[in-house]
Amino acid sequence: MKSEIFPVKSQDSGNGLSTIEKTVFSDYKYGFVTDIEADEAPMGLSEEVVRFISAKKREPEWMLEWRLKAYRHWLTMKEPGWANIRYPRINYQDIIFYSAPKQKINPKNLDEIDPELKKTFEKLGISLDEQKRLSGVAVDAVIDSVSIGTSFKSQLAELGIIFCSMSEAIREHPDLVKEYLSSVVPLTDNYFAALNSAVFSDGSFCYIPKGVRCPMELSTYFRINAENTGQFERTLIIAEAGSYVSYLEGCTAPMRDEHQLHAAVVELVALENAEIKYSTVQNWYPGDKQGKGGVYNFVTKRGICKGDHAKISWTQVETGSAITWKYPSVILKGDHSTGEFYSVAVTNNYQQADTGTKMMHLGKNTKSRIVSKGISAGFSNNSYRGLVHVSRNAKNARNFSQCDSLLLGDKCGAHTFPYIEVRNNSAVVEHEATTSKIGEDQIFYCNQRGIATETAVALIINGFAKEVMNHLPMEFAIEAQKLLAVSLEGSVG
Amino acid sequence: MNTIEYFKERFDQWQPANGHNGFSAIRQEAFNAFSKLGIPTTKNEEWKYTRVAGLFNQEYQFPPDSLTASVTAIELDGLRLPGHEQANELVFVNGFFSFPLSVIRSADLTVLSLEDAAKNGFSELVEKQFGDSSKYIKDGIHALNTAFVHGGIFIHIKKGLVVEHPVYIYNITDARSANILAQPRSLIHINEHAHVQLVETYITLGPNQSFTNQVMEVTVEQDARLEYYKIQNDGAHTNQVSTTHIRQTGKSYVHTVTISLNGGLIRNNLNLVLDAKYCESHLYGLYFQTGQSHIDNHTVVDNIKPNCLSNELYKGIMNDQSTAVFNGKIFVRPQAQKTNAYQSNKNVLLSDTTSVNTKPQLEIFADDVKCTHGCTVGKLNEDGLFYLQSRGISEKTARMLLLRAYASDIMEHIKPASIRTYVERLIVDRLESDIS
Repeated sequence: MKSEIFPVKSQDSGNGLSTIEKTVFSDYKYGFVTDIEADEAPMGLSEEVVRFISAKKREPEWMLEWRLKAYRHWLTMKEPGWANIRYPRINYQDIIFYSAPKQKINPKNLDEIDPELKKTFEKLGISLDEQKRLSGVAVDAVIDSVSIGTSFKSQLAELGIIFCSMSEAIREHPDLVKEYLSSVVPLTDNYFAALNSAVFSDGSFCYIPKGVRCPMELSTYFRINAENTGQFERTLIIAEAGSYVSYLEGCTAPMRDEHQLHAAVVELVALENAEIKYSTVQNWYPGDKQGKGGVYNFVTKRGICKGDHAKISWTQVETGSAITWKYPSVILKGDHSTGEFYSVAVTNNYQQADTGTKMMHLGKNTKSRIVSKGISAGFSNNSYRGLVHVSRNAKNARNFSQCDSLLLGDKCGAHTFPYIEVRNNSAVVEHEATTSKIGEDQIFYCNQRGIATETAVALIINGFAKEVMNHLPMEFAIEAQKLLAVSLEGSVG
Repeated sequence: MNTIEYFKERFDQWQPANGHNGFSAIRQEAFNAFSKLGIPTTKNEEWKYTRVAGLFNQEYQFPPDSLTASVTAIELDGLRLPGHEQANELVFVNGFFSFPLSVIRSADLTVLSLEDAAKNGFSELVEKQFGDSSKYIKDGIHALNTAFVHGGIFIHIKKGLVVEHPVYIYNITDARSANILAQPRSLIHINEHAHVQLVETYITLGPNQSFTNQVMEVTVEQDARLEYYKIQNDGAHTNQVSTTHIRQTGKSYVHTVTISLNGGLIRNNLNLVLDAKYCESHLYGLYFQTGQSHIDNHTVVDNIKPNCLSNELYKGIMNDQSTAVFNGKIFVRPQAQKTNAYQSNKNVLLSDTTSVNTKPQLEIFADDVKCTHGCTVGKLNEDGLFYLQSRGISEKTARMLLLRAYASDIMEHIKPASIRTYVERLIVDRLESDIS
């Protein structure tokens, strides 16, 4: 049953170890291009393109103004160069900023959606019907920027939960969108956030009313599809006082030679006593073994614990993308609020990852915990970059950070850049980091018990990452384990 | 007039008069670099937390017109470090080495002016080793030192020489009549099998502002041993950027202790380049800051060759509105397999108005290594305090005890006994006055 839900479909789960062993030497499995007619914006970026996108999405005037403001600000900004990554300059006039799958009518139920699209999902292993029937997961599938199917909506609506595409939210719930959109990540926050604000095509919107515990995991499948299209999603999750939501985001993308730009913005707002758990499994095309192609993933993710006792938890498993550049952050504004960050980042071949988190302690008695595991193989570079900031008034702040790196091979690099800024003496901040390789004694121990070296390595890597995997929802955890092994293919043994 | 123009004027006045030695090309090149880079601002990642540019808004008398020291030997007597009767004493005044004030007790110790060393017998060494630190530190302040290099020294410890007396280096700035910018420069070569202990300190006379921009470059050869102690306990109107760059070119042992107790703004750059197999380096540091003072320790351990060991421990005690920055970098190059590198930074905050910014950074390109780093920021352990108080020890005494114990982790690595006792005394006195 489980294998129906997850994109890794080509193997039967069997026992975990043999799956890993099988997948270790496999190629990227999700590189296929679905042939769907797309409704595209002209290539490049200009005020006209921003207006085109806004018009295409039938947005109200205020939204267009908002986008234009972002666009004008973006023009004044320079692409940042501080991250520990190398890539050729992006020509923003060479990208199609909007591409929507052509839809003649709005589907009322899943049977009405384009059969081609349906096939894509089946290949990915998340057939909507299947999911609807077999699991309690509501899926808001995003193919190339527009939401095409939303399930379980009525069940959620009964509880007052709004789970819809961003464009729908702009039309149907303008007050909520006006209040919260860009309240966590301002338009002017950074280069890619401004770009996203100007041209974002769609994304997910989620609102959990006061005191409601969302009964199912909310999940969105992102997929980059049409050629030359950067995907710019915008996600906004609002958890009212006393509510709880667990949100899953997972990604696969087709094999492509040209670099694809992905600059998403995710904003989370947790009010008093609310809890948001945001889990990501990212498995975009990392480029081939020579480092050709692959997705650029430049993402701004930030949550704010606005009320007291709020909690935001980020869990991520990053195995894909040629370049990953993201720092899911938490602003701990409410007293007694909690922020967590659990991450596994795997880089192989010529992949580059510069990822980490920011924990901004502003309220009193705030707590944060960072567990980051980096695995580098091949010729890749994997960086952890994190900031723990304790402000002057953040009495009794507590932080614990741990970042461990595992190196497989002697051509790869592991880097740690932790920034710790403490302005209050009641704070207790701890940071520790280690870098090591897999011990020969560990391998020997496994060999001795009849476990082949490849299997042993996979076993040890899974053990290394377990602390993070444990924080993923069950369905994701199994998928993530497989992804880990897939992305380390060829570097093991 | 902006800072660059100000120095340009000084440079133009000064360069022709002093241009007839081997350094004029180097100076010109460094000055070009300085003109391009300027004084670093907080936008420069290496200077993110240290606002040094503001210190250049005032005029410094610079450089002094002549090399004749304005400080007399009698004045110097009151400033000497304990144990000086048994030490070689090297004295810089306003950044220029003073032969008359210096006392060399070890007969085989070679101390020459940089210019003489470049001319007489050591030209090859000077040419090869001078400016090595510029490969690692590429900011305007560092270039400024090189642009005005003059009156520096070259110390040569010849093969097999065990220098029985420690070498004390005094950096004296005479700010009695004007603001002074001093830029001492030294180049030290420790040959095979040689041993030496260096103790360096900084003293400012007078009430005016002083800025010391120092660069020391050291080469340590096969089987040599270097112990280096830096004691910074100057007034609140004194500022310094102090660069110590050590390259280990043979299997050797380096041991450094940096004690920063007082000063306005202090920035220490300590680089250790482990450029041979089986090198061993230890880096210790203690900073105890009060008032508005600012301490910034930037350390780099660059593992180039395999099988090296480095161990780094920096501890801080922060009070009042003082701020501390720690940035420890460890690089492990691809060929530096079997590196063991450890790094730790600990901070105790005594007041709620201090700030600590710490960034322990690892960059690792080899797989068979053991590297760890850790850092902590917090206040004194409440349980420890309670334990002592419950045994009838007053809170003040209990705090003193705990902090002395905390500092002793570093103190015990100061090997010359007279210096250790002296620094311990300074710390106890500070604790007495600071802890209420």
